[in-house]
Amino acid sequence: MVMDDIKILDAVERYIRGEMKPDERLQFENLRKTNAEVDQLVVEHTLFLQQMNQFGERKNFKSSLNEVHTNLTEQGKIDSMRLKGKAKVVYLWKRYKRVAAIAATIAGITTLTISALVWALSPRSDDNVQEMNRELQVIKNEQRNQKAVVNNLKDQINTDKKAARKTIQFKSGGTGFLVDGKGYLVTNAHIIRNSKNIVVINSKGDEYNAIVLRTDNAKDIAILKIEDRNYKSIASLPYGISKTVSDVAEPIYTLGYPRNDIVYSEGYLSARTGFNGDTLSCQLGIAANRGNSGGPVFNHNGEVIGIISTKETESEGVAFAIQSKYIFDAVDQLKKDTAYQSLKLSSKSSVRGMNKQQQVQKIQEYVFMVKGD
Amino acid sequence: MKPQIDESALLEGLAASEKKAVETIYRENYNMVQSLIINNNGSADDAKDIFQEAMIVLYEKVRPGNFELSCQIKTFVYSVSRRLWLKRLQQQNRYSAPGDSIENVVAVEDELEDHEQRNAEFEMMEKAISNLGEPCKGLLEAYYLQKQNMQDIAASFGYTNAANAKTQKYKCLMRLKKIFFATYKNGNGDG
Repeated sequence: MVMDDIKILDAVERYIRGEMKPDERLQFENLRKTNAEVDQLVVEHTLFLQQMNQFGERKNFKSSLNEVHTNLTEQGKIDSMRLKGKAKVVYLWKRYKRVAAIAATIAGITTLTISALVWALSPRSDDNVQEMNRELQVIKNEQRNQKAVVNNLKDQINTDKKAARKTIQFKSGGTGFLVDGKGYLVTNAHIIRNSKNIVVINSKGDEYNAIVLRTDNAKDIAILKIEDRNYKSIASLPYGISKTVSDVAEPIYTLGYPRNDIVYSEGYLSARTGFNGDTLSCQLGIAANRGNSGGPVFNHNGEVIGIISTKETESEGVAFAIQSKYIFDAVDQLKKDTAYQSLKLSSKSSVRGMNKQQQVQKIQEYVFMVKGD
Repeated sequence: MKPQIDESALLEGLAASEKKAVETIYRENYNMVQSLIINNNGSADDAKDIFQEAMIVLYEKVRPGNFELSCQIKTFVYSVSRRLWLKRLQQQNRYSAPGDSIENVVAVEDELEDHEQRNAEFEMMEKAISNLGEPCKGLLEAYYLQKQNMQDIAASFGYTNAANAKTQKYKCLMRLKKIFFATYKNGNGDG
């Protein structure tokens, strides 16, 4: 019997998998009995296939575990992801309690020693102290007056600065929106390209200076930060950012600044991919203008599902949006810099369930006009 | 008893890696293991690792078709996680005796021994496959793991016919077996 190696192996595999017909099987079993080499191959290959199968099964199981973990976390059915609140405190406390105890003891002893020393060495005459106090009060009053003068001067300088700012010629404009109440905004990279000065203006007309933290020209995403002492942090935003793309035909809306006032427009998700099947973006059926670029695309739950990037628009009523998951990517990249560790994206929307008017009412002040020179 | 019937149905689902069963077991036991780990010097990432490894131990235990545990799923998962975490703490030299556990604990030494053996084998196979390089890696994975047929493989890898793909698959398989058995026989000594 002359079979080449490939055919023998093929036969062995079919034999192990039980794919042989009865007579073929009988013939093969006879061959096994008479040919030690073939017999050995069957034993060895059975073991090998078993190993391969176990490997494959475990690999699949592992990936399904990860999938389940992500799903359950997103649905809030297990407490996971980042340790929050109490869990984090417990964890840190457990981890550092020994160190903390030692540190506290040392601090305690030091405090006692110092107060004992101060008590022993401090002068006892109360009259002197009171007199000193009176003198101090006079000096303090004088200082207060001076401060007022300085403040007046500062105000003047500030108004001058504002005037100076107005003289900067802003060439590009678009929309951006807060992704973290601490003043982190997302917009399109192309809006602020080559800009040295950036100003963002909210729907009430408040202007703030902003700086660029990160731009990704390939994805057309930029992260800005408001650096302005007039800006007050917002504890939590009314909308979250979705990690997934919605379904085709889902109603969507956007807020943006195609002109100097905030403008609402609505439409639907036309395709989960963008121009020429681009998987970075998705296609929207919505009336959008140049100034809408960089604006957030909300689904009916008030979750951001994308960023309008109008640069591909050629036909009326068609716009493309960058998928919101790339916001997470951009933020992750930025967070490699330890200075921005506190930046956190939320995926929960508190406006969920409200009607459109109510949602827009809550959301609009966090959508900004972005201007660059 | 009713709960037991439910549990063995769950285990049967797990053995078949049905998503619903996996999700149920995951959902009902994860928080328990996470608090065990966090209360004993671990992080959330550690908890995820340890819990998933315990799930694999359970999966491999029921895989051969034995859906009866001598205890509740919860107790089993807890006991395995606890042992795995103690072991990891010892390896990292930050052993601290875990606080008295609220949960029941059963002996899981045999399961963990099997698990370690399987772990070693898994790593061997993983290493052997990654040493192959492409296209061998993709070809063998398509045939043996994703169980695609030779016609489809030939088409997706760009071979003109199935026979050619088969020849190539044979060559790749010989290489893989050689690499795998070299470490397998070394690793397992005489046995």
